[in-house]
Amino acid sequence: MSEVLVLVDHVDGAVRKATTELLTIAARVGEPSAVYIGTGFQDAAATLARFGAVKAYRIESPDLTAHLVAPSAEALAQLVERTQPAAVLLASTADGKEIAARLALKIDSGLITDAVDVDADLVTTQSVFAGAYSVRARVSRGTPIITVKANSVTAQERPGECVDEQFTAVISPGAMSARITGTRPRQKSGRPDLSEAAIVVAGGRGTNGDFGPVEAFADTLGAAVGASRAAVDAGWYPHANQVGQTGKSVSPQLYVAVGISGAIQHRAGMQTSKTIVAVNKDADAPIFELADFGVVGDLFTVLPQATTLIEQARG
Amino acid sequence: MNIVVCVKFVPDAQSERGFEPGDHTTDRFGVPGRLSELDEYAVEAALTLATAGADAPTGEPAGRVTVMTVGPPAAAEAIKKALQMGADAGVHVTDEAIAGSDAAATSLVLAAAIRRIGEAAPVDLVLTGMASTDAVMSVVPAMLAERLDLPQLTLASQLSIEGGTASIRRDGDLASQTVTAALPALVSVTDQINEPRYPSFKGIMGAKKKPVQTWGIADLGLRADQVGLAASATVVESITPRPPRQAGQVVKDDGDGGRQLADFLRSRKFV
Ligand SMILES: Cc1cc2nc3c(=O)[nH]c(=O)nc-3n(C[C@H](O)[C@H](O)[C@H](O)COP(=O)(O)OP(=O)(O)OC[C@H]3O[C@@H](n4cnc5c(N)ncnc54)[C@H](O)[C@@H]3O)c2cc1C
Repeated sequence: MSEVLVLVDHVDGAVRKATTELLTIAARVGEPSAVYIGTGFQDAAATLARFGAVKAYRIESPDLTAHLVAPSAEALAQLVERTQPAAVLLASTADGKEIAARLALKIDSGLITDAVDVDADLVTTQSVFAGAYSVRARVSRGTPIITVKANSVTAQERPGECVDEQFTAVISPGAMSARITGTRPRQKSGRPDLSEAAIVVAGGRGTNGDFGPVEAFADTLGAAVGASRAAVDAGWYPHANQVGQTGKSVSPQLYVAVGISGAIQHRAGMQTSKTIVAVNKDADAPIFELADFGVVGDLFTVLPQATTLIEQARG
Repeated sequence: MNIVVCVKFVPDAQSERGFEPGDHTTDRFGVPGRLSELDEYAVEAALTLATAGADAPTGEPAGRVTVMTVGPPAAAEAIKKALQMGADAGVHVTDEAIAGSDAAATSLVLAAAIRRIGEAAPVDLVLTGMASTDAVMSVVPAMLAERLDLPQLTLASQLSIEGGTASIRRDGDLASQTVTAALPALVSVTDQINEPRYPSFKGIMGAKKKPVQTWGIADLGLRADQVGLAASATVVESITPRPPRQAGQVVKDDGDGGRQLADFLRSRKFV
């Protein structure tokens, strides 16, 4: 069976959930091989094995982590050359997509980004134009390179042995021209990561700057907090939490839009959510067109009531 | 400083967008189009840089901004808008063979055109938007850097250039990074970087006199089989309009909207 390379997305060895989903997809197609760039592999090894990685290639050179994107693409191209995989899978993050893009040119292969599903025969499903169309496509030249959105599939544990080996990539000077000179980690909110969360509660202009009820409701559900661009532009919530075309694209199990009208650019980032709930005082707000359940009402009364009841039910 | 800004003509997001019936390419003819809003940030960044170093006594800008687009004849509108904002010159690459090009082919044409622009005077900076508002792949800037062998400084929410070195802030998923490179470089900018200006009356009048060159792919030394659908390394098997979401249940809050919300979440096992 052919190998399927999965580029591991991690923070100092903490494997991000999207990677476990990629390993699950890889197992449909062939034998999952993890590609681990950076230090901290020993912390990641158990997770990779638990989610079905049969092999892991460790690339530890600081040349890769000290420079933006280009060296990672170069290393992957060399690994593709050596392993002749059935496909290369990456997370649909900014880095993931850009690495995939450069890799596609290097190995003259087709690239599909933002897939929401991938079949065993590597036919992908994408959701385009703010979810208005579903596109099925496949790569017709070279080694398929596919980036997959987080939460597209449910990660399945397939515990087994994972054999790791060091891979030494040769990085050209040209690939090291964009140097990362500073890194400031995002402030931890104590809530789940927005792009991976199973539940997202997002607030918009309707909060009028008070995200208190939104956060309290999110916390009873164990949810991440998102925001519309209007709320971000007003300075009420960090840009890192923006959902939409120019923010994060999320597809959680549940998305609750609170005081958000549902502009097309906002929908572009949340329309693939499995269940959508809206709270808005305007019965004509377009967000209700998407909602599986909606409450026409004032968020400042509806949310606290729901929060209290859910807390009580929990006891 | 010689700056090239790559911009895209896109269907207006506010209108219904669709696909060409025959060949699965984006319908760019049936719907009104415009300069991609996300590219306006790149034009603004270029204009700011070009005038920042303006030599005070003469008021001569220190930089020259060429705006370039690859697209159908109607894409001339996108160039016009950028010229009205203040860009100095335009280049429009248009060719029937280009229709249906994917990101790889598009980046090939863009790279060839930037090289050609560079023959007249070396290009110091290539600027692009963060993504197009139609096919949001966000991969063309990285591909362009790869093809031109330029340092890739993408997704910049801040950009500064000093002494031949460009520095950006890149707000990633988990961290905010500072990334630095020597010019020439490729920079893509996000919508966080600035507030694009509106064309002034003077700008609108002045734009009419600014030079715009129109090139076909042969002018760039490219062949028809290198671009368009023919060159694509992916095939679309099917496109299905998403069935409109089943209209959900909408209740009006008469004092128990919160309870109904909690009940719904419980019935769906989210609680
Ligand atoms: C190029 C471009 C990119 C963009 N990218 C994004 C993006 O990534 N993400 C994004 O979100 N937007 C984006 N936008 C902006 C988008 O077009 C909308 O302007 C924005 O989404 C509106 O945010 P909103 O729904 O919070 O505000 P509004 O549209 O003002 O809606 C506020 C809603 O709150 C309701 N409301 C008010 N008070 C209450 C209350 N007390 N209780 C309940 N409901 C209440 C109102 O009825 C209204 O429906 C982009 C725009 C452009 C041009």
